[in-house]
Amino acid sequence: MSAAKSRAATDARGDGSFLPNLGKRQAYGRRWAAAFAAATIAAVLVLGALVASIVNDAFGLVAMEYTVDPATLAPGGDIEKLSDAELVAALEGNLKSRRLRALGNEKPLAERERADLLALVEDEVIGWEVVETFSLAESLLGRAKVDAFMAAEHPEAKLVFRSWVNARFLGSSQSATAIDAGVRSALIGTLMTILITVATAFPIGIAAAIWLEEYAKDNRWNRFIRVNIYNLAGVPSIIYGMLGLAIFVRALEPITSGAAFGAVADPTGANGRTILSAGLTLALLVLPVIIINAQEAFRAVPRTLRESGYAVGATKWQVVWHHVLPASFDRVLTGAIVAVSRAIGETAPLVVVGASTFLTQDPTSVFSKFTTLPIQIYQWTARPQEDFHNIAAAAILVLLVLMLSLNAFAIILRNRLRAKKRFA
Amino acid sequence: MKRDSATDPFDLAVETGETPWALETKGMSVDYGAFRAVKDLTMGFEKRQVTAIIGPSGCGKSTALRAFNRMNDLIPGCRTEGQVLFHGADVYAPEVDPVRVRRWIGMVFQKPNPFPKSVRENILWGARINGYSGDEEELVEGSLRQAALWDEVKDKLDKSALALSGGQQQRLCIARAVAVKPEILLMDEPTSALDPISTSRIEDLLEELKARYTIIIVTHNMQQAGRVSDRTAFMLLGDLIEYAPTKELFLNPKDERTENYISGRFG
Repeated sequence: MSAAKSRAATDARGDGSFLPNLGKRQAYGRRWAAAFAAATIAAVLVLGALVASIVNDAFGLVAMEYTVDPATLAPGGDIEKLSDAELVAALEGNLKSRRLRALGNEKPLAERERADLLALVEDEVIGWEVVETFSLAESLLGRAKVDAFMAAEHPEAKLVFRSWVNARFLGSSQSATAIDAGVRSALIGTLMTILITVATAFPIGIAAAIWLEEYAKDNRWNRFIRVNIYNLAGVPSIIYGMLGLAIFVRALEPITSGAAFGAVADPTGANGRTILSAGLTLALLVLPVIIINAQEAFRAVPRTLRESGYAVGATKWQVVWHHVLPASFDRVLTGAIVAVSRAIGETAPLVVVGASTFLTQDPTSVFSKFTTLPIQIYQWTARPQEDFHNIAAAAILVLLVLMLSLNAFAIILRNRLRAKKRFA
Repeated sequence: MKRDSATDPFDLAVETGETPWALETKGMSVDYGAFRAVKDLTMGFEKRQVTAIIGPSGCGKSTALRAFNRMNDLIPGCRTEGQVLFHGADVYAPEVDPVRVRRWIGMVFQKPNPFPKSVRENILWGARINGYSGDEEELVEGSLRQAALWDEVKDKLDKSALALSGGQQQRLCIARAVAVKPEILLMDEPTSALDPISTSRIEDLLEELKARYTIIIVTHNMQQAGRVSDRTAFMLLGDLIEYAPTKELFLNPKDERTENYISGRFG
């Protein structure tokens, strides 16, 4: 009895081989938590720096010089206040007669829209030219320094605050001067390319995933295919560019150039370096990612759900269509959209496929020559002039907004599908 | 291979073939890869009776049950030998489509697994895909009444089935199974995930269901087998050890291993 009692007593205290260490264990955990927090902070800081540097370039003071002082045209230089007739008068008074005749042949001045007239006065009469640009930080924090610099270097120039992202930037095409250049052609090019990517990669990717996950037998051949799809997802994107060049631009040129359909939109000859080729190349690029994502989504559907379908006498197709797909479609779709939003930012494969670097015309069909936002950004940043770096930053903002809205769309779609799934 | 129901040899057999048993196995073995889970099972199931299969975990009772309606076909690496005769036709004959088999031999699973759809759709889906052309409302009410669920859900037929309680969900699964008018209901531990009250409701239900269907139930719970079944089979390590009327098996086991198991010496 006393032996039992003493054993109970030791049990309560431990037999001495357990050392008190809870304080140490908790401290250990706290150190790890601090490391995780630090990693998060580092990531946030880097992202913040990225956004800050883009915004820094996309807005700021601009020093501009002119051929004709706007103050001589309108009081205070504000030509917006002029009437249409006064604008026409300003054009007639300042332009060479040959230029006036050319404009009149295009469309008589008196019949032109007000916006058109304003643009003409700005471009042709006043003739704004950027002589110096300043970053947002310089503009806001070092205004005195900017003013001193301006007084010394360009006393004639007018200093205005400019948002490089503006309606005109979005609405005009590529141009030789940064202030006139815009992203319209690139934006349309990007949207059309992505549309083709989505239209081909979504159905093919999801269908392939259904076959691999639901139908394919688990044999050596299919395992080989599965492993290689995983490998393909890791292949550098420029390799896909080479593939696209070989297949779509060269081998399938009659189709991708539109010649086979008698629909050559571009008489200068895109030679297969068309939006169609670009979209299909990006589709190749995202296909493995979409397939893997979709396979994983299907795999996450519980076996019990499939079995309950089979148990009432459903065929495999009925189980897949009525149960597996609805139960997994939110995941399949978000995975695919995220893959596509990565593809929007792809530059390398499109350079290889042959994106145009200077395109002043909007693409008119899928058989047009193309450029896309990342190509445009790449090309602008490569230029030596300061103001092209500013519009590059502006184009980056446009691209980011496009990608973020696509991701937001994916999230909203997923949430709606989830809500529907829950009720069903 | 396109075959209409009327000309399919299996469906024809279901219509015309008469045997004393609702289901009969002859030398049925099931392998998972190299492991033989069910060994040479030969037994018959009486029509419109409840047959319980009992045995300790891993004895092959669930595997055997899932072999009866070819549910094991869905598991990669699972092979079945021997015969399972339904109306005299072998469900494993090469020309038989397992989909046809499952339409006649329904199944209720361990965990309630209603479709994530409305209560009504849960009942109707199986009937529709099998070409049901009768009155849908009638079928919904009739099936839910057979599962003793009608009174509880008649006002929420369009609500999600997942909003029901676990016991209600399991009865919905039974209603769903009977909605395609099968002949046999296989139940794989249908109450093991339920509380005692829901369990007893389902046990009561089995008594009513056996007027129309042949029921084969796998259970862990010997008391349950004793309460609900007419005949009981005891399996151990893939072998059928003893198969007898339930009372006889529990009161007068012939085999020592059966006796040890039902007296709680192992399992």
